[in-house]
Amino acid sequence: MNPSTQRYTGPAISAHWIIALLIILAWPLGVYMHDLPLSPDKLKLYSYHKWIGITVLLLFVPRILWRITHRPPAALPMPAWQHRIAEGTHHLLYLLMFLVPLSGWLMSSAKGFQTVYFGVLPLPDLLAKNPDLGDLLKEVHEALNWALFILVGLHIAGALKHHVIDRDSTLRRMLPFAK
Amino acid sequence: MNFRHIALPAAALLITGAAQAVEFKQVDAAKSSLAFSSKQMGVPVPGSFKKFSTQIAFDPAKPTAASTVLEIDLASIDAGSKDANDEVVGKQWFNVKAFPTAKFVSSGVKALGGNRFEAIGKMTIKGQTRDIVAPFTFKQDGSNGVFDGGFVLKRMDYNIGEGPWADVSAVANEIEIKFHVVAAPAAAAKK
Repeated sequence: MNPSTQRYTGPAISAHWIIALLIILAWPLGVYMHDLPLSPDKLKLYSYHKWIGITVLLLFVPRILWRITHRPPAALPMPAWQHRIAEGTHHLLYLLMFLVPLSGWLMSSAKGFQTVYFGVLPLPDLLAKNPDLGDLLKEVHEALNWALFILVGLHIAGALKHHVIDRDSTLRRMLPFAK
Repeated sequence: MNFRHIALPAAALLITGAAQAVEFKQVDAAKSSLAFSSKQMGVPVPGSFKKFSTQIAFDPAKPTAASTVLEIDLASIDAGSKDANDEVVGKQWFNVKAFPTAKFVSSGVKALGGNRFEAIGKMTIKGQTRDIVAPFTFKQDGSNGVFDGGFVLKRMDYNIGEGPWADVSAVANEIEIKFHVVAAPAAAAKK
């Protein structure tokens, strides 16, 4: 099949945009909430942030399984170095989709706050309470999020470059409802 | 043979006699603990009070004569994190400057059968006094008496968490209290 007319599969497109939306919600929320003085709203925002993160972690599992069992459309013609950067960015984004929420979950446990999904489903604490480790994991969670920020930026820049400059179908084949 | 027939019932008599005379009074603060669990957005958050004093007079053979007074140093709270500790001593929560202690004074103890009992009394926190019923178990550990019990306290009954904190969807109204008190018998007092 001609790669320029090939589209991603429906599940791949859905997973991409749902997770993208969740990351775009959780990321600024995390930045905003962590400096707030303690208040009921802060507790709520923390919970929403954690629930979104756990949702990403849960969606990551079927997404990665789908990705492993289904070949994405072949890359469109581009210089080899661009292709390598695109591939590397994709792999790192998958890694961070897993590591960012996981580090948040571990941080929460280490700080002594269990994560209770939607306030009803308690997730196991994978670490015992340990404030020093909690502070360290906070740094890890932050650093991973900055890496995520940069990679998402690179990913969007690449997609736009293909769409606007190369005028190829790289972005279009991932768009929902596009032809 | 004959000796054993006499000795066993005699020993049993002695033991029951002794048990009746034992009144547990000397609270071992280091072995006792006062813990609680609040729920924040459905997340159970454990906490405790490091400083509290308990006066107890409890004879398992005469539970109705038992009494207890518990006084809690509210500033000694560990509410699970530094942020929370700074917050809960403040005006909207315990307001420890104006109300440094909480106090429970029993008015009676009921035997519920077996090793289960129930302390009834009044709890005063932040100027509010409410009736409390606290079920507990009693067991002997060596020469010590060990009391384990708990009850649910509704924080809004005492205005613990005012203003925005009155929102019980963020921090639930129900706070689970758990106490563990170890007391030695009063110096072999004969009554």
